[in-house]
Amino acid sequence: MAWLNIIVQGALLGGLYALFAAGLSLMFGVMRLVNIAHGDLIVLSAYCALVIVQATGMHPLASLVLVVPLMFAFGYGLQRGLLNFTLSGGILPPLLVTFGLSVIIQNGLLEAFSADSRRLQAGALETASLRLGDQLAIGWLPAIVFIVAVAVIALLEQLLYRTALGRAFRAVSDDADTAQLSGVEIRHVFALATALALAVVSLAGVLLAIRTNFDPSIGPARLLYAFEAVIIGGLGSLWGTLAGGVLLGIAQSLGAALDPGWEILAGHIVFLLVLLLRPRGLFPKQAE
Amino acid sequence: MSLLEIRGLTAAYGDFQALYGIDLKVEEGETVAIIGANGAGKTTLLRAIAGLLRTPPDCIRFDGAPIGSLAPSRIVRRGIALVPEGRRLFPSLTVEENLRMGAQSGRGGPWTLSRLYGLFPALAARRRAAATALSGGEQQMAAIGRALMANPRLLLCDEISLGLAPRVIRDVYAALPGIRAEGTTVLIVEQDTSRALAEADRVYCLQEGRVTLEGAPAALTRERIRLAYFGL
Repeated sequence: MAWLNIIVQGALLGGLYALFAAGLSLMFGVMRLVNIAHGDLIVLSAYCALVIVQATGMHPLASLVLVVPLMFAFGYGLQRGLLNFTLSGGILPPLLVTFGLSVIIQNGLLEAFSADSRRLQAGALETASLRLGDQLAIGWLPAIVFIVAVAVIALLEQLLYRTALGRAFRAVSDDADTAQLSGVEIRHVFALATALALAVVSLAGVLLAIRTNFDPSIGPARLLYAFEAVIIGGLGSLWGTLAGGVLLGIAQSLGAALDPGWEILAGHIVFLLVLLLRPRGLFPKQAE
Repeated sequence: MSLLEIRGLTAAYGDFQALYGIDLKVEEGETVAIIGANGAGKTTLLRAIAGLLRTPPDCIRFDGAPIGSLAPSRIVRRGIALVPEGRRLFPSLTVEENLRMGAQSGRGGPWTLSRLYGLFPALAARRRAAATALSGGEQQMAAIGRALMANPRLLLCDEISLGLAPRVIRDVYAALPGIRAEGTTVLIVEQDTSRALAEADRVYCLQEGRVTLEGAPAALTRERIRLAYFGL
């Protein structure tokens, strides 16, 4: 029963990793842009929520009403004003520019908020749980995070496969030149992809900040978990990303249960094992 | 005023110059064919018209307005749609999704999904199939259909017979009269000279980036075409 508990907690943690990964996966899928600043954008949205909560006294979850549209708009502007210009010269320019962006965000946050660890206070929600048995209880917060992750991925799937915008995303991903010939404004479509990705990022950031402490330096590690979830799940598959996040979460909790020092290591080992045994991930999109 | 008027168009890929001062006119309602050997600049010319190559604005005028420096998505909104060489369907979209992509420009007009399925019944049966699952001829029909969904005034067709069996080429070309009947002007690039002469009201021949011959098919002798084509 204790093991079951560990696995359930790990799986719920995986929901958060899937949220980290969904935005990364969307941007890479649509524009082949690897966003090194992804983790720092998660942290940036956590600070954004912190400022709003401190200024207005609203509940952290309620602050999403402001944080999500703010990050959506920021993402649109970031893509149109900066990242679009990096896309014509191969894979290196976007990597370098987003790496620089990562450094700027980290140091900007450090300057503005210091290196102190912060937390969003969510009151009773932080400790409330549902007892399912002697040794098994599910916290409301992890459960909400997991449900949000599943809902976000289901919505993204619907968007990709049921709407005109999703069709444009897939067409641009296939062949940007031909999509332009069909009348797609690719700069606008790219900006919408980043805007959506950052809306998901902002959800992830706020939920992360309620769940654990954060400071300006934790972004790169979140980026790493996001990468691992995407790769374990298989590139191009959103449900695979969820599975990847869950597997990563379970591996980390099992590792931590064996020895607290093994938490992160266990996640990386599972990631490396997947790379070794199934280099294309667990649920790869069919061969091209 | 011509629907499409090109004056002194030059184009280059880096150091390689592909077009040397092309002059070309297409009148509304005409079908014009461009013939020429491999590497003569035919595809480059169509790519320049569609906006995939940046050119000086005044070099290319459509309906009187300079379009040379517009982005491809703007040009298709003005009413020029390209059926690209090699069809270039979106592999991860279904046939119907590919067709719907053509309507992205938001131009109204005679062509709708149901009209297209009337023109190409083979596509109606396979609308839910992945674009990659179609035969070559069906793929070509889908590529033409996608361009038509933009309801263009000028349809550019790049080598729509490429890699297809003669019987399939006949099926593909059988759609042209129906397209012209809607008043659409058609500019085709075709390596098959006799096919081009049969379809077109006027023919241009390109050789090494220059126009070497222009005229109505009836006015051109085999000998003149051969000379313009090969320069021998």
